[in-house]
Amino acid sequence: MTATTSDTALAVERHWHDLASRRRLYSLGGLVLMLVALGGSLWFANESSAGKFWDRLPHVFDFIDQLVPRDGWEVWRALFDLPSPYADGSLKYDYPDGRIYITQSFYIPQYFYKMIETINIALVSTIIGFALGFCLCFLAASNIVTQRWLRFFVRRFMEVLRAFPEIVIAGFFLAVLSLGAIPAILAVSIHTVGALGKMFFEVVENADMKPDEGLRAVGATWVERVWFGIVPQVMPNFLSYALLRLEINVRASTIIGAVGGGGIGEALRLSISRTHEAKTLAIVLLLLLTIIAIDQLSAWLRRRLVGEQAFAFGRGG
Amino acid sequence: MATLTAAEYEAVAARHPAVFAGSRRKQVTRLIVGLGFVAYLVFAWWFFAVGTVLANGNWGIAGVYLADWVSYETRPNIVFTSDGLKVKYPRFSAYSDQRQPEWVELQDVRAPGLAGRVAMTIGNGAVLVEPGQVSARRGGESLAITVAPDQTVTAAEPLPAWAGQKKPGGTIVLSFGFSGSVQIEGDEVKVRHRFWGWEDFVFDPNSPFWGKSLGEVMSLILSGDRIEPGMSNAQLAWDNILNNSEWQHGDVWLKLGQTIVMAFVGTVFASLLAFPLAFAAARNVTRNRVVNQVTKRLFDFLRSVDMLIWALFFTRAFGPGPLAGISAIFFTDTGTFGKLYSEALENIDDRQREGIRSVGAAPVLVQRYGVIPQVLPLFISQSLYFWESNTRSATIIGAVGAGGIGLKLWEAMRTNSDWENVAYMVLLILIVVFVFDNISNFLRKRLVNQSVA
Repeated sequence: MTATTSDTALAVERHWHDLASRRRLYSLGGLVLMLVALGGSLWFANESSAGKFWDRLPHVFDFIDQLVPRDGWEVWRALFDLPSPYADGSLKYDYPDGRIYITQSFYIPQYFYKMIETINIALVSTIIGFALGFCLCFLAASNIVTQRWLRFFVRRFMEVLRAFPEIVIAGFFLAVLSLGAIPAILAVSIHTVGALGKMFFEVVENADMKPDEGLRAVGATWVERVWFGIVPQVMPNFLSYALLRLEINVRASTIIGAVGGGGIGEALRLSISRTHEAKTLAIVLLLLLTIIAIDQLSAWLRRRLVGEQAFAFGRGG
Repeated sequence: MATLTAAEYEAVAARHPAVFAGSRRKQVTRLIVGLGFVAYLVFAWWFFAVGTVLANGNWGIAGVYLADWVSYETRPNIVFTSDGLKVKYPRFSAYSDQRQPEWVELQDVRAPGLAGRVAMTIGNGAVLVEPGQVSARRGGESLAITVAPDQTVTAAEPLPAWAGQKKPGGTIVLSFGFSGSVQIEGDEVKVRHRFWGWEDFVFDPNSPFWGKSLGEVMSLILSGDRIEPGMSNAQLAWDNILNNSEWQHGDVWLKLGQTIVMAFVGTVFASLLAFPLAFAAARNVTRNRVVNQVTKRLFDFLRSVDMLIWALFFTRAFGPGPLAGISAIFFTDTGTFGKLYSEALENIDDRQREGIRSVGAAPVLVQRYGVIPQVLPLFISQSLYFWESNTRSATIIGAVGAGGIGLKLWEAMRTNSDWENVAYMVLLILIVVFVFDNISNFLRKRLVNQSVA
């Protein structure tokens, strides 16, 4: 009896060793694969870059030299469009020229105005994306729509909207509409429809179906079932995701701005390429503060809407 | 069991109006929020001058650009000369005097590219050009047009719907729908014939393989005599494909590779650096308020300085190329990962750690066996999630100068004439994003299952 027990024990132990060593082998294999891919990638990146890594490494932080203004107050003058003592008629010190006058004496400093423009781009695109994503998501949820083909079609449609490079949409509308904010709005909102639609339909699929059942029992139509049975329970989550998207969209519209969509992104790109240190610092400072403020505001609102669970995961696709 | 009739329902509803009407405050709030949104959208319409911009948009050209995504035009010009009709092609066209497309027939040829008559079929129509005379047919209708020596263009009969003339004696434009158009001017006939598909996608007209069917190319590669003495035919074909002057396959693939590498290396390095930093930032692992706060604020800083700003700075440091993109993604995502990882660490189950500690393990071993097994699948899963989204970001920051396919896309769009190349690159990007999305989903599902089991 004891012999058999120890035999079993031995077999179990042998099996455990087998499993452990196979696991170790897999981990090692994965690690080697990863290192090879990483090494190859680095070599490729280095080979195909204009500046070689080791040659350029000592100069990486050279850009900081280009960020030192003539004196500390220059940054504030650039930020608030105050006249500079160094003004020599060049674009570098022409801060007051950017003022946007609202009344005779009251003006909005140029970069604040551009920042507002960028925020508005993000806000409008989020609203458009929310509205369209809201309409689409119910058609993609398996618990609401029984037709497989419709779900399949809507899901693929949203996938394409999401994966389509924003910059191509922006570039296309820039060609049709000429420079301005509207190509940026279109590009960002098209992406937002896809991204929010995906998040939304996943929320809808996790919704409690009991209200829906009740409504179905009293003969409600499809629209009534969705509107009274599903929407009230998913709305807080929807709003939370929309706020998260707003944070991302502020960044996205800054980037699209840099490639011709106007707003603060364009100002930043121009200022960096012309080495206007004070202006660059002013814009970076303004962007940093705005992004932190919007992140905090959105985090606070989301916490109020859905509680701590809104912070489980990152910024989303 | 009592059942209510409709009348009884009404009575109940009438007795308890508060239950059915909902709270007044809620209704008012909803109304105000709705009105607020409408007011904001009206403001935005004014702020961005949407109406004016849309009205001034060049919508006619938008259709042409969209058609260019999936089709191409061949544009012969037929010039009236004293010797006959001279057929000319744009400078970089596949066609020339020696090589005429199938749908253009030169009759009564006097010299290469010089003919007495030129007959063309365009879609469901046909055009015959003779000196001083153009006859066109579309569907069942036909039209005869004379081009007088004083360069006035006149039609023999009233123009049908598919032809247009802005002023008497001026240019007549014949439209053949999607298939193209023919513009008859006083001294020449400009033809635009549109075809579905991508022109010369594999071989360009300078290649000896151009215009050959797949079978012919294969037989040349497998058994034909060497076309270039220096290299085998297979090598020549491959070389011709990579250096296709219109599509630049080799360059596009290289740039796409750069973008993929940017996202991959940036994400891996960011994960590697964020890993130890997250342990310093988690207040239940490192019991030092100052260290926690400093690392966390560092993460916030890296994350909030946008990827765009990092990209612009590093493009100046490294020059355009993947190194700039890698650094930008690395800096931004070190912040993002650090934040996510440290939050995951702060939410771990403490019992495992206590168990390891109770058997007298050293602090490092406590982390190794008490903490890492809990969080590693989560960490990797989050990194994978960002790997896919970074592939998309890398395209965009490429356009501001960090190189890769983004810059190439941007250059192709700026010229406004290479929309088919844009379509090609977009297709490649969509395929890459789709494949990575699936790989990352697959790996994540496996990881999460493993950690649950």
